[in-house]
Amino acid sequence: MIDRTKPLVEMRDISISFGGIKAVDQVSIDLFPGEVVGLLGHNGAGKSTLIKCLSGAYQKDHGQILVNGEEVEINNPRDARDLNIETIYQTLALADNLDAASNLFLGREIKKRGIVDDAKMEAEARKIMGRLNPNFRKFNVPVSALSGGQRQSVAIARAVYFNAKILIMDEPTAALGPHETQMVAELIQELKAQGLGIFLIEHDIHNVMKLCDRASVMKNGQLVGTVDVKTVTDDDILAMIILGKKPGHLAA
Amino acid sequence: MSDQGLSDQSSVNRRSVIDTLEIDVRLLGMLMAFAAVAVVFTIWTGGTFVGPRNVFNIAVQTVPVGIMACGMVFVIVARHIDLSVGSMLAMCSAIMAMCQTAWLPTVFGTEFGNSAVLAATVVIGLAFGTLMGAVTGWLVGYQRIPSFIVTLGGLFVWRNVNWFTTNGQSVSLTDPNLLMFGGTEGVLGSTASWILGFVASAVAVWGIVASRRNKQSHGFIVKPVWAETVMAGLIIGVILFFVGWLSRYPIPAAKLKRLFEARGEVMPDGYTAMHGLPISVLILIAVGVLMTVVARKTTFGRYIFATGGNPDAAELSGINTRVLTVKIFALMGFLCALAALVAQARLQSHGNDIGMLEELRVIAAAVIGGTALAGGVGTIYGAILGALIMQSLQSGMAMVGVDTPFQNIVVGLVLIIAVWVDILYRKRLGLSK
Repeated sequence: MIDRTKPLVEMRDISISFGGIKAVDQVSIDLFPGEVVGLLGHNGAGKSTLIKCLSGAYQKDHGQILVNGEEVEINNPRDARDLNIETIYQTLALADNLDAASNLFLGREIKKRGIVDDAKMEAEARKIMGRLNPNFRKFNVPVSALSGGQRQSVAIARAVYFNAKILIMDEPTAALGPHETQMVAELIQELKAQGLGIFLIEHDIHNVMKLCDRASVMKNGQLVGTVDVKTVTDDDILAMIILGKKPGHLAA
Repeated sequence: MSDQGLSDQSSVNRRSVIDTLEIDVRLLGMLMAFAAVAVVFTIWTGGTFVGPRNVFNIAVQTVPVGIMACGMVFVIVARHIDLSVGSMLAMCSAIMAMCQTAWLPTVFGTEFGNSAVLAATVVIGLAFGTLMGAVTGWLVGYQRIPSFIVTLGGLFVWRNVNWFTTNGQSVSLTDPNLLMFGGTEGVLGSTASWILGFVASAVAVWGIVASRRNKQSHGFIVKPVWAETVMAGLIIGVILFFVGWLSRYPIPAAKLKRLFEARGEVMPDGYTAMHGLPISVLILIAVGVLMTVVARKTTFGRYIFATGGNPDAAELSGINTRVLTVKIFALMGFLCALAALVAQARLQSHGNDIGMLEELRVIAAAVIGGTALAGGVGTIYGAILGALIMQSLQSGMAMVGVDTPFQNIVVGLVLIIAVWVDILYRKRLGLSK
């Protein structure tokens, strides 16, 4: 399934400092098409900071980012979007006062003669939501009236609709119930099958074991190591997170 | 018990009628408040309050605040504030007053009342207003100085640059072409007003039909035909009633005689003419319609509301919120200049205190009209209605002989009560805690 010939994303020796404190220190990770790479670590380990360089929310101080083998400069979220990198944020980057369709198309509205075509956008939103979350009905209310899962499906629909090649998910199931978590898990499998590469920031070790192909663990801004999930146990990964050491049988 | 059940039933029915018509409940509340003000003062004044003459005056007096309130909606929706609009109005007014009376005639070497001078004056005034707004927007958007501070500073700066521009003198403005923008001196007359009224009605019906077709073409459920018809009927009714009412306000015979004499003609016996729609009110209506279209149907408007709802989300969605901030304040500055044109034409002069404390009336109009200071929520029609309610209150109180200090006390209380009622209403609906 995973095409190992050419990496989709390579982040090489990335460093970021905030006022003298190294939040990310010379970290290198990569991602192949059809692969889910988990990013793990304690709060403050630097996972979100690292990934925000890729999504354009932060700018790296040092290092290189390569997409499809070519070095790219990502200075803002628009640059990331142009490279088909879509991000689903932990804090759900939705405008609460707008409806689902307006949020889905925010920044990329469908226009007809210079005028925003709301009817067309709602029709498209209904199509994509019908595929992702068939129970979704609340198209004409602000998203503040939606449940956590419904909001998450709007955020995911936004990434899927615009043909993301690289998807960044920052704890996508943190605010969700068991049923909705299952829905997101199935969706990740489907997107994987379509050949997307996914970076998944996740705290729940069981989700990591279930959803990810590889896991990269960070501690104190540094990369502890990247392991193939099939060759390790959840205890091995927990040890990496807590002790900051690679498991003995992989260390060599 | 059965009474209880019955009243529940009827409240469900009443609600569903409003739902079917898709009328904004908040708009309904404001219209009712407006109607209440009108009814009270009509009874109190024995009918004079709703007479064509007073309706005309209220409409004309509402225009400058109404125009600026439209821009203020965008500013507040985007989580900013603009305290400098009154001073920017004064500054634009000073520039335009000096342009037409002193600077341009000297440069062009033209006679008084040259229309090229006035045209250039208006262009310069509007451009200057836009520039002032853009500078504010740059300081807020790019330099990250809070808008409260930038515009509080602007309030002092522009008010006093205005003073220096005219050396502290009042400038008398007499160009008849300028005075056209003021109200009484610039009216369409009854025939043209009626034609415009019918055209506007036709456009409104076309708009409703086109929107319905677009929704149907995507297979959405639309309102029943009767609901659309009722809405169209209401809109046409309001337009034609307004036109008809102002077309019953006669121009005084002495003034008509003067107008004929100015053209070197003699007024025929028994000749009468009506005011009809004032040009300044048409400007306000045009601004209101255009700003509503911008708010609802352009990406610019969509981004303003998105930024107000969640600035981080807007930024992460690839919206350039800095440029957006500059545009919002530049638009506000442009509208201040437009309001300055109308205000100086109505007063037939530029005085140092023009637009004094207007910023507070503009903000009050937007807020009474349902614009939330927390951002993300607001409507253009609400702001214009808010300006209209305040002006009606003041005009009505003045008519029944309430002293000016007490008028201001009432307006202040109305502002607080309007927001309070809105908060209670939102709590009741469970929209906020």
